[in-house]
Amino acid sequence: MQPLVQLDGVSKAFTLHLHEGVRLDVVSDVNFSAAPGECIVLGGPSGAGKSSLLKIVYGNYSCDAGHIWIRDGGEKIDVATAEPRRILAMRRHIMGYVSQFLRVIPRVGALEIVAAAGREGGLDSQVAQDRAQEYLSLLNVPERLWTLPPATFSGGEQQRVNIARGLIADRPVLLLDEPTASLDARNRAVVVDLIERKKKAGVAIIGIFHDEDVRDKVATHVVDVTHFAAKTA
Amino acid sequence: MLNDLPDAPLLSVRDLTRYYGERIGCADVSFDLYEGEVLAVVGESGSGKSTLLSLLATELEASAGSIRYRMRDGIACDLATLTEAERRLLLRTDWGFVRQDSTQGLRMSVSAGGNIGERLMAVGARHYGNIRGTSLDWLGRVEIDRGRIDDIPKAFSGGMRQRLQIARNLVTHPRLVFMDEPTSGLDVSVQARLLDLIRGLVSELGLAVIIVTHDLSVARLLSHRIMVMKGGRVIEAGLTDRVLDDPHQPYTQLLVSSVLAA
Repeated sequence: MQPLVQLDGVSKAFTLHLHEGVRLDVVSDVNFSAAPGECIVLGGPSGAGKSSLLKIVYGNYSCDAGHIWIRDGGEKIDVATAEPRRILAMRRHIMGYVSQFLRVIPRVGALEIVAAAGREGGLDSQVAQDRAQEYLSLLNVPERLWTLPPATFSGGEQQRVNIARGLIADRPVLLLDEPTASLDARNRAVVVDLIERKKKAGVAIIGIFHDEDVRDKVATHVVDVTHFAAKTA
Repeated sequence: MLNDLPDAPLLSVRDLTRYYGERIGCADVSFDLYEGEVLAVVGESGSGKSTLLSLLATELEASAGSIRYRMRDGIACDLATLTEAERRLLLRTDWGFVRQDSTQGLRMSVSAGGNIGERLMAVGARHYGNIRGTSLDWLGRVEIDRGRIDDIPKAFSGGMRQRLQIARNLVTHPRLVFMDEPTSGLDVSVQARLLDLIRGLVSELGLAVIIVTHDLSVARLLSHRIMVMKGGRVIEAGLTDRVLDDPHQPYTQLLVSSVLAA
C-alpha cells in the first residue's frame, strides 16, 4: 500500500547562536514511511531525537535536508518546502498532532474544546458534539467537569481532554508524542483501544510511547531513532 | 482537499522600501497575503515594522517597490496608481485599521454608535434605524454594554475603546485589517479578553490581518505567519510556530529566549 507519510533523507541540526554558535546535531538521513493502518513507533533513549522528528513531520521544526512527503488524495506534498498556508491546511485536514500537554485558550469548557477541535478537523457540528461526549466518557473525564475550563483539572484529566481533542477528527495521519505518559492503566487501555480504531479506519500513525505495554499493543513497526544519530564529523 | 486554498493573493508586496533621507525606514520587503491569513510583524522599536504598516496602508509613500491589492472585482491593482478618492474609499470600506492609540482610531467626541455608524454611512447606509440597529449589534459582538451606545469614547476605559475601534472597523465587512499593537498598554486581563475577541472575529469573518506587535505571545496566539524585522529588513519569516519554536537567526533566537515562559 502506498505510504501516507514518507521521510526521505531528513536531517536536522540546531545552531545556538546565543551560545557561541554551538551546533547540536539531532538526526541525519532519516528514511522511513507509514502506510494506512500502520503504527510506526519511534524507539530509542530520551535525547535521540524522537520528538524532534515528529515536530519536523508536523512542520513545527524545519529540516535542513531531505523531504517529508505527505499524501493528500492524489497529491504528494513536501512539508520541508510547503508554504505556511499549505501546512496549516494539511494540519486541518490531513495530519493531527497530540502531545502530552494541553495548550488551549483559557475560559473555554472541556467539552467545547474537544467539539471545536472536531469542527476544525472537518466534522459536522452535531457529529463533533456527540463524539466529544463519547470520547470524554470513554476517557473517564467526569461529566460534571465538561462545562468547566480544564485549567483547574488535575494533570491526568487535562491530558485525557487533550487526547480526546487530538483524536476526535478523522485525519488520515496522526502524530502521537507520548499521549499516554503518566496515565493510569485503565485510561492507557482506553487510548490503546482508540488507537486500534484509528488503525482499522486506515489512519497512518507515527508515535512515541514510553510504556512498553502500550508500545507492544499498538506498534506495527518500531523504528530505532539511534540509527539516525548524526555522524559527528 | 487542499484545493479550497485561494490561488490569488489578496495583497502582493514586492521589494517595498522607504528611506527617511539617508536612513532606511524599511527595505526590500516582499510577501504575499491570502484571504483568511493573519500575518504578524514583530521586532523591537525602530525595526521598521510601523513604517511597513504605514506603507501598506498607503499612509506613507514608498521610495521603491510595489503593493498590489486584489479589489472586490478580482482585479489586482497597483496601489500607487489609485486616485486619492479611490484610496480613501478603500480605507473606509474594504480595509480597517485598529490603532494602538484609540484617540487616533476613534472620533473621541462622537458617540459610540456614531463611531460605528459613520463607517456604515461611508458605504452608503442611509436609514437611521438600520444604522442604529447594526451599531447595537456590533456593540454586543465586541462585548460592550448596548446601553452605552450614546456615550462618547472619552468616557470609556482603554479596553472598551479598543473594542469600539474593532467594531467601527469590522462593521463594513472589510477584507483586510491592519492592527498596530492593538493590545499594548492594557491590563493583562483586559488584554486576554481582547485577544480572545479578535481571534474569534478574525476566524469567524475569515479576515486577512496584518498585525504589528512587539509581543511574541500575541503573535503566537493570533497569527498564522510571522515576519521578524530588524534594521528595516525582514530577517526571518515563516509559519508562526516554526519561527517561534525553531528560530534560525541569531536575533530571532534572542527575541524568543527573552520571553518569560508562561
